[in-house]
Amino acid sequence: MAIRSVKNLKEFSTANERFEGAHLLCPGCAHSMIVRELMNATDDNLVIATNTGCLEVSTAVYPYTSWDTSWIHIGFENAATAAAGAEAMYKARKRKGTLKDPDAPVKFVAFGGDGSTYDIGFQWLSGAVERGHDFTYICLDNENYANTGGQRSSSTPVGAHTSTAQAGRVSYGKKQKKKDMVAIMAAHGAPYVAQLAPNKWKIMAKGFQKALETEGPCFINTVSACTTEWKFDAKDTIHITDLATDTLMFPIYEIINGHELNILYRPKNVLPVEEYLAAQGRYKHLFKPENRHVIERIQKEIDEKWEYLQRREEAKV
Amino acid sequence: MAEKMELKSTEVWDGNYAAAQALRQAQVDVVAAYPITPSTPIVETYGSFVANGYIDGEFVMVESEHAAMSGCVGAAAAGGRVATATSSQGFMLMIEVLYQASGMRLPIVLNVVNRAIASPLNVRGDHGDMYAGRDSGWVQLDAFNAQEAYDLNLCAFKIGEDINVRLPVMVHQDGFVTSHTAQNVHPLSDDEAYAFIGDYKPVDEMLDFSKPVTYGAQTEEDWHYEHKAKQHRALMDSYVVIDRVFEAFEKKTGRKYKRLETYMMEDAEVAILALGTTVETSILAAKQLREEEGIKAGVVAPRVIRPFPLNELRAALAGIKCVAALDRSCPMGAMGALYNETCGALATIPAEQRPLVTNFIYGLGGRDFAVDEAKRIFREQKGHADVGHITTHVQQFSGLRGPKLGFYESKRS
Repeated sequence: MAIRSVKNLKEFSTANERFEGAHLLCPGCAHSMIVRELMNATDDNLVIATNTGCLEVSTAVYPYTSWDTSWIHIGFENAATAAAGAEAMYKARKRKGTLKDPDAPVKFVAFGGDGSTYDIGFQWLSGAVERGHDFTYICLDNENYANTGGQRSSSTPVGAHTSTAQAGRVSYGKKQKKKDMVAIMAAHGAPYVAQLAPNKWKIMAKGFQKALETEGPCFINTVSACTTEWKFDAKDTIHITDLATDTLMFPIYEIINGHELNILYRPKNVLPVEEYLAAQGRYKHLFKPENRHVIERIQKEIDEKWEYLQRREEAKV
Repeated sequence: MAEKMELKSTEVWDGNYAAAQALRQAQVDVVAAYPITPSTPIVETYGSFVANGYIDGEFVMVESEHAAMSGCVGAAAAGGRVATATSSQGFMLMIEVLYQASGMRLPIVLNVVNRAIASPLNVRGDHGDMYAGRDSGWVQLDAFNAQEAYDLNLCAFKIGEDINVRLPVMVHQDGFVTSHTAQNVHPLSDDEAYAFIGDYKPVDEMLDFSKPVTYGAQTEEDWHYEHKAKQHRALMDSYVVIDRVFEAFEKKTGRKYKRLETYMMEDAEVAILALGTTVETSILAAKQLREEEGIKAGVVAPRVIRPFPLNELRAALAGIKCVAALDRSCPMGAMGALYNETCGALATIPAEQRPLVTNFIYGLGGRDFAVDEAKRIFREQKGHADVGHITTHVQQFSGLRGPKLGFYESKRS
């Protein structure tokens, strides 16, 4: 694979010519940072499939397109299968000798939000990974259906307010835990699975490159801070993401071949989760006295998960 | 290179096997599929071809029919020949993606082995699935027997992949009655069949990176309407290519197909309009009635369901006295779709040339439709013709147990 190395943020901000800056994503949306980073990670040809969602509706509104590479969107749930179908066609045509440029390396990538990854497209993703297609699936996890105005998904964390799991007089927001998609995809035996964040962009670039280099299906969950639905100022995207990784709300780690777990980022000072929650409007109600117990629950679950990840890493099983 | 298969000039194949052989001969690049009764043997047979070296392409067994069509769309956009098969509930699950395939103008071939739609669950043949997909933007061909299932698959690739069409194509056949009934089939040799279809010519392919393409864009009120109108036009105009392909096929094999098949219609007084295996049943009934009772009966059958052969249907029915449109799908609160298409076609000719039109719902969930019943329907139409008005309900249920069921009275004047 032709790895592209981007040395610093200045270079990063100008390095990509395959994803145009002209798109309709909200100012401060992390989606475009993550997409640019993926496309910056390689010089190989890219076929990109995208589920219906913020990224899709913001980058391919006829007669415009932000994609200067092959791109396809079918529906809300099936980007993984679109990429898988294209990958199967690539293999068939390579064998039959009908490709225009048979020697140029091609990578297949699918993007989906958490709604399409954790919920409606779960089966399609699972099927494509089980079949072993050579592709990388990247979830842009903003923990809600942002494209339709902020409804709960199975990725929405406990206590968050969404329009369909509202905080109100008798409710503290979402009651259920966030689905552990990383563990689920690792359990498929996928050769490379990771959770990454755009504030730790060098780690993210390496993770993307690892996934693209790895033969077989790879899954990466990326935290994509949502200025609109998480309710923070558009200029604070990276600051909020820093809080996400440094409170360990979003631990950064990889799982190789379904079992070998490596923690990729250890905060020097682990911050209390309150700092992360307090910075976002979607958690505002948790600071009422009657909801304090939810913050305690969230902190406890973070601590337990971190302990678990560290033990898994040590155990090397 | 895929191994070639030596075929006899006459093989004994059922409709499923015939379709699978046609897919093999077309050297499809990607088949993404999911099994469902009664189309499963197409996928299984194809799987056996894969396992024994007769296929160079990829065979992707996915986790649902929705994924099957999604994989087909991704594969087709990547610039190669693509096909699959399904039935009934699987077809229903696919429907979302059927519209996306046609909207993206991807020439995929889908074998639909027609079967009833639940609930109640039923694995037998009717046209419920076919009817559910009729607005999906696909060219739709209907095979009445195993030979036609083979022939129309070869034609389907050539039609759909034509640069002037570039639309997906369905080949329908009746579940079990065609799909599981072994009949004599005259195949082409592998070389002849492939030469007839020709190499796939990629158009706007995702694997040509010198010209990046965006598939599945968003359009709102500014462009959506124009796109759909253009797509409709492509489907409407595809008849030119369909006629050309049928002509080329006739030259090659001597087997003649028309967008609207007509049997004994030259002097017919009454007619049955039907699809699938019912066509052959009705032809047999018409022949017997002509010999035994002197009733001038004829049969009309859309070979091409989309684009609908409206001009041809109008021409075939103008001047006859009475036609019964037979729908093997329950319209649920309306007249049958074939009835409505027929009336629509006839509304465009002068009133004095218009026949009476009745509607029969029949054969749901695999209920047998035999020659005797077809004869009874012909006789009844003859009765209407003789008195000049419909003497029964306009819509009736044929072959239903229990009390007679009918809807809408006809008006005498």
